[in-house]
Amino acid sequence: MNAPIIEGLFSVDAAEPALLGSRCSACGTYYFPKQSNYCRNPDCDSERFDEVPLSRSGTLWSFTNACYQPPAPYVAEEPFEPYAIAAVKLEREQMIVLGQVVKGVGVDDLAAGMTMRLVLEDVPGVDGERVTWKWQPVEGA
Amino acid sequence: MSNNEIAILGVGMHPWGKWGKNFVEYGVAAARSALQDAGVPWRDVRFVSGGGTVRCGYPGYVAGATFAQALGWQGAEVNTSYAACASGSQALAAARAKILSGACDVALVVGADTTPKGFLKPADGERPDDPDWVRFRLGITNPTYFALYARRRMEVYGDTPADFAAVKVKNAAHGFTNPNARYKKKFSAEDVAASAMVADPLRLMDICATSDGGAAMIVSSLDYARKIGKGDAPRIAAISTVTPTFASELVEMPDIATDSAVAAEARPFRAALPAKAYEEAGIGPEDISLAEVYDLSTALELDWIEDLQLCARGEAAALTRADETSVGGRIPINASGGLACFGEAVPAQALAQVCELTWQLRGQAGERQVAGAKVGITANQGLFGHGSSVIVKA
Repeated sequence: MNAPIIEGLFSVDAAEPALLGSRCSACGTYYFPKQSNYCRNPDCDSERFDEVPLSRSGTLWSFTNACYQPPAPYVAEEPFEPYAIAAVKLEREQMIVLGQVVKGVGVDDLAAGMTMRLVLEDVPGVDGERVTWKWQPVEGA
Repeated sequence: MSNNEIAILGVGMHPWGKWGKNFVEYGVAAARSALQDAGVPWRDVRFVSGGGTVRCGYPGYVAGATFAQALGWQGAEVNTSYAACASGSQALAAARAKILSGACDVALVVGADTTPKGFLKPADGERPDDPDWVRFRLGITNPTYFALYARRRMEVYGDTPADFAAVKVKNAAHGFTNPNARYKKKFSAEDVAASAMVADPLRLMDICATSDGGAAMIVSSLDYARKIGKGDAPRIAAISTVTPTFASELVEMPDIATDSAVAAEARPFRAALPAKAYEEAGIGPEDISLAEVYDLSTALELDWIEDLQLCARGEAAALTRADETSVGGRIPINASGGLACFGEAVPAQALAQVCELTWQLRGQAGERQVAGAKVGITANQGLFGHGSSVIVKA
């Protein structure tokens, strides 16, 4: 398996990939990316966190696509192919997380409320292949 | 709460465009124009408050002192405010605080910028600790966020791309005769529909461009305004620059996730900005004659109309379809032409909104004049939890 696109954001585990968040041990607030120094809840003074894998599926809150190639530090495939982007709401964490949608799934295949699950997919890096998380619609959900 | 009010003695702009000059030229042109409009000698200005220039989302040059030097050092205090798209309002808030505290009578507030070509992007290098860098690495640019909000409107309220295009058509008609606007061309719904898709459902003509430009104003205590015979000048009744409150409900630039709402209720940020301004001014949305809002995208203008409580949630598209947000309608939105006609020059834009309200309340807006305008409100939002809303009264 290739190295992650950004270290520490997700587990590189083909069978059970997960975004790596943290959870405040006092008030239960989740964070993604991880928070390790102080809780951002203004009513919580805690500085203790547990690293937790976030829920691996959620519901599609909204979606779009990128028709133009983003600038660096994005590394695009050549030739550039538009890709869909999903905003997925995680029930347990009560948060929305963005991510690209797997190749081959476009905006016409998506609708708010669909169940989406986290998968890994290879993407180009500055010096060779990397792997990143992507959202994939769950068939029949 | 009239003890919070200050007077707007003069306003000025450098036209928006891609002029290829240094930002100082735009700011100084706007400042000199505002001084002339106010009829105030430069030496009487005791505080120069600059909106910081912005380089791809980050603070750029030291603006306040640069403008003060270019206008001729005369011993005034200076300040530079960085608050992304709300930089101008934050600079205005700094000037108001100086005036209301009695530390000075007259202040110059000025914002100007040049923008690089192409996408706004993060600073160079490998910087995974910077959320702005992270989201670009993942392929999530600014239009992504506007498009997610636009698509959400379609899913929840049944808005259509034609509703979004109607905003562009309206704003283009408003800005058509505005001498400071960059784009002076009327567009049709067909023009918008024929432009390239950028981030579905938003097309090129649904999204504002980046521009160069400058805006400035001379503000003073009410006593000073009366002393120079300008006691009836428009007044700033409120300036809101509040941050979001935890847990912020929407995924906002530059983050890739929202706050978790496990321990605290999810709250909307955009609506909080005008709510604070209304409270401070002691007025309500029913008192508003016109609004200048940040139409970074056409669909976002519809969100703002609702966040400003100018109609019920979900009804902004219907309001626009009924022509009620056009000049001549019940509540004109972006009579200036908005960012659709200006493009965005970040630290100048929040001030340009206040300049437009000033011209409107003085009855000097020419063909885009809103008849009988008495109270105007602005709204904008930018990176890193910044945003603002300003209320100006005749």
